Amino acid sequence: MRFRTQSSPHVIPAHSVGGVMQQVLMALVPGTLAMTWFFGWGVLVNVLLGVLFAVAFEAAMVAARKRPVMATLADNSAIVTGWLFALAIPPLAPFWVTLIGIAFAIIVAKHLYGGLGYNPFNPAMVGYVVVLVSFPREMALWPAPSTLPESPLTLLQTLQTVLTGSLPGAQAWDAVTRATPLDAMREGLVSGRTVGEITASPLFGSFTETGWEWVGNFFLLGGLYLLFRRIIHWHIPVAVILGVAIPAGFFWLLDPDSFASPAFHVFSGAVIIGAFFIATDPVSASTTPLGRILYGAGIGVLIFVIRTWGGYPDAVAFAVLLMNMVAPTLDHLTRPRIFGRTRGGPPSGDGRA
Amino acid sequence: MQLHRFHGGLKLADETDASTAEPVLVMGVPAKLTVPLGQHIGEATEACVQVGDHVTKGQRIGQSKGYIAAHVHAPTSGKVVDIDLYPVPHPSGLDAPCVVIEPDGHDDWGDARMEPWLDWDTRDLRALRQRLRAGGIVGLGGAAFPTAVKLNPRAGQRIHTLVVNGAECEPYISADDMLLRTAPEAVFEGIRITARLLGVERVLFAVEDNMPEAMRSLTETLPPELRDLIELVSVPSIYPTGGERQLIKVLTGQEVPSGGLPADLGMVCHNPGTFKAICDTVIQGRPLLSRIVTVTGPGVKHPRNVEALLGTPFADVIEAAGGYAEGVDRLVMGGPMMGFAVHDDSIPVIKATNCLLATRPQDTPDPGPVMPCIRCAECAAVCPAQLLPQQLYWQAKAKDFDAIQDYGLFDCIECGCCAYVCPSNIPLVQYYRYAKNEIWAREKERHKSDIARERYEFRQERIEREEREKAERLAKKKAALKNKEADGDKQAAIQAALERAQKKKAARAEESAKGSDQAPGSETTREETSTTNDTRDRDDR
Ligand code: SF4
Ligand code: SF4
Repeated sequence: MRFRTQSSPHVIPAHSVGGVMQQVLMALVPGTLAMTWFFGWGVLVNVLLGVLFAVAFEAAMVAARKRPVMATLADNSAIVTGWLFALAIPPLAPFWVTLIGIAFAIIVAKHLYGGLGYNPFNPAMVGYVVVLVSFPREMALWPAPSTLPESPLTLLQTLQTVLTGSLPGAQAWDAVTRATPLDAMREGLVSGRTVGEITASPLFGSFTETGWEWVGNFFLLGGLYLLFRRIIHWHIPVAVILGVAIPAGFFWLLDPDSFASPAFHVFSGAVIIGAFFIATDPVSASTTPLGRILYGAGIGVLIFVIRTWGGYPDAVAFAVLLMNMVAPTLDHLTRPRIFGRTRGGPPSGDGRA
Repeated sequence: MQLHRFHGGLKLADETDASTAEPVLVMGVPAKLTVPLGQHIGEATEACVQVGDHVTKGQRIGQSKGYIAAHVHAPTSGKVVDIDLYPVPHPSGLDAPCVVIEPDGHDDWGDARMEPWLDWDTRDLRALRQRLRAGGIVGLGGAAFPTAVKLNPRAGQRIHTLVVNGAECEPYISADDMLLRTAPEAVFEGIRITARLLGVERVLFAVEDNMPEAMRSLTETLPPELRDLIELVSVPSIYPTGGERQLIKVLTGQEVPSGGLPADLGMVCHNPGTFKAICDTVIQGRPLLSRIVTVTGPGVKHPRNVEALLGTPFADVIEAAGGYAEGVDRLVMGGPMMGFAVHDDSIPVIKATNCLLATRPQDTPDPGPVMPCIRCAECAAVCPAQLLPQQLYWQAKAKDFDAIQDYGLFDCIECGCCAYVCPSNIPLVQYYRYAKNEIWAREKERHKSDIARERYEFRQERIEREEREKAERLAKKKAALKNKEADGDKQAAIQAALERAQKKKAARAEESAKGSDQAPGSETTREETSTTNDTRDRDDR
């Protein structure tokens, strides 16, 4: 009798890329729903658009590169990119912001570098930074959280806003949108008020603005799920959060009037989602255990530095991209000790000589 | 006992229940035996019988001349009907020389059986070692390293600990488990012999914690006088605990140095089956003629363990386990993690055949297309050698053979953990095997061209020397001619000059002789290390 010959292992494989990405998407659901609850339908609309554009561009690029389209789409990585990008931009940003950002993410940051696995930068963050520096006005359209008295837009009104770029009826942008807690803090500090005065505003809850706190908690939930399922490891998220919290805590203790608390820093903006979902993107992160700790810590510190002294209130995207550049070097410098050798010990030769 | 943990590894489902339900079946003599001559790691073995010869059971049919080698014996009496290339179990799928025997049905030992040594305790150690060599014993854990070599430590090397590797870590394989349940006494006898040979102070007998029956049987039969020597240790069942480096780490916390052997730590590691074979050969005078094979997997009807004569076709062994189940499409020799798929079931059982695993498409579906590496480093997280498998993969792809060695390619034990967890279905281990082979091939090439270059240089030198000597002879002649006319004074001066020249020449000749001595010397050292390295990782897994 004759048999198929195949290489070992002769077992059902443990994971697939598509499966891993699917878990990531599942973990994004609670945070996304919380965001929708607090910031309105725009979040969901953006996620849908983002995913749609991402998959379309991905399919077009894969076809243009003459690779198997369906097999590649099955890795679900384009969906993750589209989704993360959509969560990063303001829920009321017009659709073309998403279109341009995703186009950059998928075409330039991903496929021009050789596709999944070859991209040195996190595609979603590249797309986000492109639109952030190009369209500052549109990128400020964050609605107020639903805990505040302003009436949220209905689904239809939201669709209209996103598709046309202008608010329906007689509504005014000023009434609908709000400074994010990070913006508020930044502007407040620049105009000479103390942290205490700024956080006394009704915008703020216990750590940061009320809605943001809860969103953070739900993304944290998803992140813990990924940790539990061993889709990600603890090194990067823990290092990012400590990287933000430790310097923030240090300066806060020195001068609590001019520096926000570590809790404010961690729960404002994109630190939680960045720590668990963005910095952990395997392709562009460091791969060794020590390298990952340094990589995450670098992101955390950069977030704090850019937020505090730099030109942008939220700095997660910049910090991630900057550390993406260092990742290969980190990998090289933090090679683990090989079994049976001392660290950096000599190679075992070629087995023959 | 304080146990330790090695990096990475996998928790795999235990699949041995099916094959341990029934006792080991001793198979009869098949219609034809195809006995491969090369059944061990090391130097080649040559046939010492001829077609048409009648052989008796236990008669030596394959004679090995090298040091790292093992003889081969006729598993039963009969007629040698062919000596030729036949398909054998090997990942390459290439044919190899085999002796084909048609059994005569008498299973007659003739005078080939060695005299039983019930008094082995009083025998000379060298005689004992020679006996193991004569028995053709190799490690029965699947790597088939000649046992006599392992039991002959290098001068100045003291072995204080003997490790018994009962950590059968691959799912499905239960050959050692069954052996320990049914013949623990023979295993203990083998250990006793080995302990005496090596002069060890302690024996660590590791059994995986998913083999409680084996553990019970060992605890019950452990002779009281061995209680001080042998320590039974239950180790957690994490793949690949059965790798000797990993097992030694688990038991002692020590790491076998990279490129070294357990003997460097004063330890030697053997599989229980090997101890049984040692006992059979030394005490009963029976060479290695058969072995226990686990026949298992969803592709066979009644999974079980059988004791089969070496040379029995796989098909017969499967038949003994009730035959194939419906839809079987893959047959693997060894376990699911490290075994290799064979394309034909007419090939024979050899000393390294510890398991035959048959599966259907639904048990081992095609993993799907190979996707690009996403650098998730899952492979690094499970690598027991603490390597960076994805880096090795990139370097193998880029054929950067210097970098790949720098990253520890030769520390890879080919356990397959990395390939198992890779979400992109990259056949990582295949890349490492390819890179290793490529490097070995290059090394061989370089070695060859080194020799060629040396030869060429030597020849050049000889030609030059000959020309020089011719010129000198000519000069001498001329001088002699002149001498006739010259006076005696002059003659003496010339004589002195000539002597000086000759002295110089002699010195030169001596020097060149020294130079050519050196090259072969350095080669022998290279050869020696190569054989040890080549085989170091694979034994007794
Ligand atoms: S497990 Fe596979 S995909 Fe992940 S880093 Fe290793 S080789 Fe790449
Ligand atoms: S096969 Fe080699 S590289 Fe892969 S996990 Fe095992 S030892 Fe590590």
